[in-house]
Amino acid sequence: MRDIGIVSYGSYIPRYRIKAGVIASVWGKDGATISRGLGINEKSVPSIDQDTATISVEAARSALKRCTIDPQDIGAIYIGSESHPYAVKPTGTIVGEAIGATPDLMVADYEFACKAGTAGVQSCTALVKADMIKYGLAVGADTSQAAPGDALEFSASAGGAAFIIGRDNVVATINHTLSFTTDTPDFWRRAERKYPSHGGRFTGTPAYFKHIISCATNLMQKVDTKPEDYDYAIFHQPNGKFPVSVAKKLGFTYDQIKQGLIVPYIGNTYSGASLVGLASVLDVAKPGERVFLTSYGSGAGSDGFDITITDKITELARDNAPTVAQMVEDKEYIDYGTYAKLTDLLYWE
Amino acid sequence: MAGGVARFWREIPQRYNIIGNKCGSCERVFFPPREACPHCRRKSLGKMEDIKLSGKGEIITYTIIHVGPEAFKEQVPYPVAIIKLEEGPQITAQIVDCNIDEVKIGMKVENTFRRIQEDGYTGAIYYGYKFKPVKE
Amino acid sequence: MRDVVVIGVGLTKFGELWDKSFRRLIAEAGSKAILDANIGGKDIDAMYIGSMSSGRFVGQEHVGALVADASGFSHLHIPATRVEGACASGGLAIREGYLSIASGMNDIVVVGGVEKMNDVGGNFATETLATAADQEWEAFFGVTFPGLYAMIAKRHMHEYGTTKEQLAQVAVKNHANGALNPYAQYQREITLEQVLNATMVARPLGLLDCSPVTDGAASVVLCAAEKAKEFTDKPVKIIASGQGSDTLALHSRRDICTLDATVHAAKMAYKQANLTPSDIDLAEVHDCFTIAEICAIEDLGFVEKGQGGKAVENKITTLDGSLPVNTSGGLKSKGHPVGATGVAQLVEIAQQLRREAEKRQVKDARIGLAHNIGGSGATCTVHILEAM
Repeated sequence: MRDIGIVSYGSYIPRYRIKAGVIASVWGKDGATISRGLGINEKSVPSIDQDTATISVEAARSALKRCTIDPQDIGAIYIGSESHPYAVKPTGTIVGEAIGATPDLMVADYEFACKAGTAGVQSCTALVKADMIKYGLAVGADTSQAAPGDALEFSASAGGAAFIIGRDNVVATINHTLSFTTDTPDFWRRAERKYPSHGGRFTGTPAYFKHIISCATNLMQKVDTKPEDYDYAIFHQPNGKFPVSVAKKLGFTYDQIKQGLIVPYIGNTYSGASLVGLASVLDVAKPGERVFLTSYGSGAGSDGFDITITDKITELARDNAPTVAQMVEDKEYIDYGTYAKLTDLLYWE
Repeated sequence: MAGGVARFWREIPQRYNIIGNKCGSCERVFFPPREACPHCRRKSLGKMEDIKLSGKGEIITYTIIHVGPEAFKEQVPYPVAIIKLEEGPQITAQIVDCNIDEVKIGMKVENTFRRIQEDGYTGAIYYGYKFKPVKE
Repeated sequence: MRDVVVIGVGLTKFGELWDKSFRRLIAEAGSKAILDANIGGKDIDAMYIGSMSSGRFVGQEHVGALVADASGFSHLHIPATRVEGACASGGLAIREGYLSIASGMNDIVVVGGVEKMNDVGGNFATETLATAADQEWEAFFGVTFPGLYAMIAKRHMHEYGTTKEQLAQVAVKNHANGALNPYAQYQREITLEQVLNATMVARPLGLLDCSPVTDGAASVVLCAAEKAKEFTDKPVKIIASGQGSDTLALHSRRDICTLDATVHAAKMAYKQANLTPSDIDLAEVHDCFTIAEICAIEDLGFVEKGQGGKAVENKITTLDGSLPVNTSGGLKSKGHPVGATGVAQLVEIAQQLRREAEKRQVKDARIGLAHNIGGSGATCTVHILEAM
């Protein structure tokens, strides 16, 4: 049986940025302290005409530009997000139409906190393994919400990444994947509420750290690896501090996580966060390199992936679409008033 | 947008993927697709073939809209241009992802997928093409 | 074909007419024209009414019958037909009336044009005007009606070096004329600086490059030439009627800066009248935006393509210039109640040729032209009139 894995990938980050200091000054806080505390300097902001559907389409189109796959060969699409544009009416069908994959395919939207995107990668992997589809497209994307003045306002941002999973011309083999799942209510958004609520410091030790450490440990045990066997490691990145800290606890070095640590420059893209990190690693990865990824979703758990880059990565037309680093640099700063307008804070009836 | 969702839905191939058509008689390309080629007319009947356009082109003329329709008022000032596509047809679209002062006649642009309009806060969201500068 | 003459004209004041309804406006203009023509209801064979969007502006369709009724003719059961071609609805109504007499079917026809635009908000009015553009492939994507003309202007500037000052001079000239017209919405002069510094609407067009939202109505009575002597001793002959169409969307045109519908309608009219552009003594052209007047004087053949801006700058088109254009103040200053505009243009030309234009009178005017555009140039009518 041939290896299953990533055949192509693409990512998308909106151009607008707001600096943490600009938000801080509105709420009478010190920007430098906040930036240092959160490890976030600035975050991406979607323009008024962007949402999870448009970000997913752009990321998916980038993935298709890098390879020669006929979109009609894509047999499944999963869009993971907690900010689908509609409460009822799928995002995946919009993406399917926009990339020319319809109508003979299966599609579903996932909402599974910040690991809905990696859940989609797992589903696609399983479907390919079962020979039910030739290729599957998994997307993690969000235009995440934060109440004005909440701590989340410094991090909640927009972006996403898309991965085509298959057996042919695999550029990154998914050697193994497993999950660690419990009901831990550290962050939620009730139906019909605009902004999420969270458990403050409860989001740390019993939530983020427990799940990532358990998942990562289980995975390394299962595939019999140690942190030093990996060239890159990517962890869910709700801020710039948690992933650095969890990497250290697990025995990974900063050098291993650096390439996949994007949150300081664009903030937390939620369902897109760990996957944008993976896209950034794929932008530079060389044949034979090994990648470790663990996502985390509040109240959802963690998905772990053990990945090996193949020789085919050199044949992938990576230059046909912008890299994460290029999109991080392509930016336009906005003030808080513009941010408020773009993120619908000024909505009234 | 008056007319409801059906009116948008039937144009999805054009709005999402810039599907035009080509006259089998003279090879001219049209966007949006035409029932018949205005040059070949009856000779073209039954020979108009759908084709996906590249979505790349050049700005022929443009304006910056300062007073926009209700559905666009939060975006002002915003550029709108007539773009000549590589395959020949010209289309009207918003230009995004650049400073409005950078928009110029002759500028090379490519399409990007965006929200175009929505029927207020409770209605459907209509997606489609806008154009952005081609990065050198 | 029979010769057709204008035997009566009528106009309401143009402007924000809060106390006048749609039906009162058209009834007023129609009554004035009928009195001026010295005819009675029983003389009328048919009525043609130009109205662009009564359905959106006042929620009323079925305008033909409504106008006959409001004019007091319901008991006469006069055939009354509404004609629509966006802002060229008035010009089309004239042409329909003209054709019905020329064909021999009718002897006397009342043509009306009306629009009541101020009963809806400014945004709604703007969006209603944009229904003249291609809704699916232009308006849907965020371009406004001023935006379309702004794109014509931008391309004209790019190709011919036309300047924003030259555009502004169109507005200054037309306001100078409008100041002399007691029926005009804006009876005041404006300066070049005011136009150049006006609030931007769609670059490069500012607020004073745009015609206003206007209530108003206009009417003319047309008559077979052979019968005109029974009613008037000052008939004005319609010596040509031309019409042309083009793609609905600006982006599909052969040339962004040329309104081929105008070129075609003008060619048709000049041929019928056996005249050349240099024979025209004055013209009312469709200046919905300043750039539109520059394109019009080019496409009507008064100046070479690309020379319209210079012609305005050189004052060729002022009231005392060699070819006075928009002596009424044009759409810009007189106002632009869209359905009424094409008819009102004919009223102005007829008054000029009847030597009744008072302070605006063009000396020795003998042949005048009226040019009415629908949308960004998808419909055009050109009528040429001659004093008798």
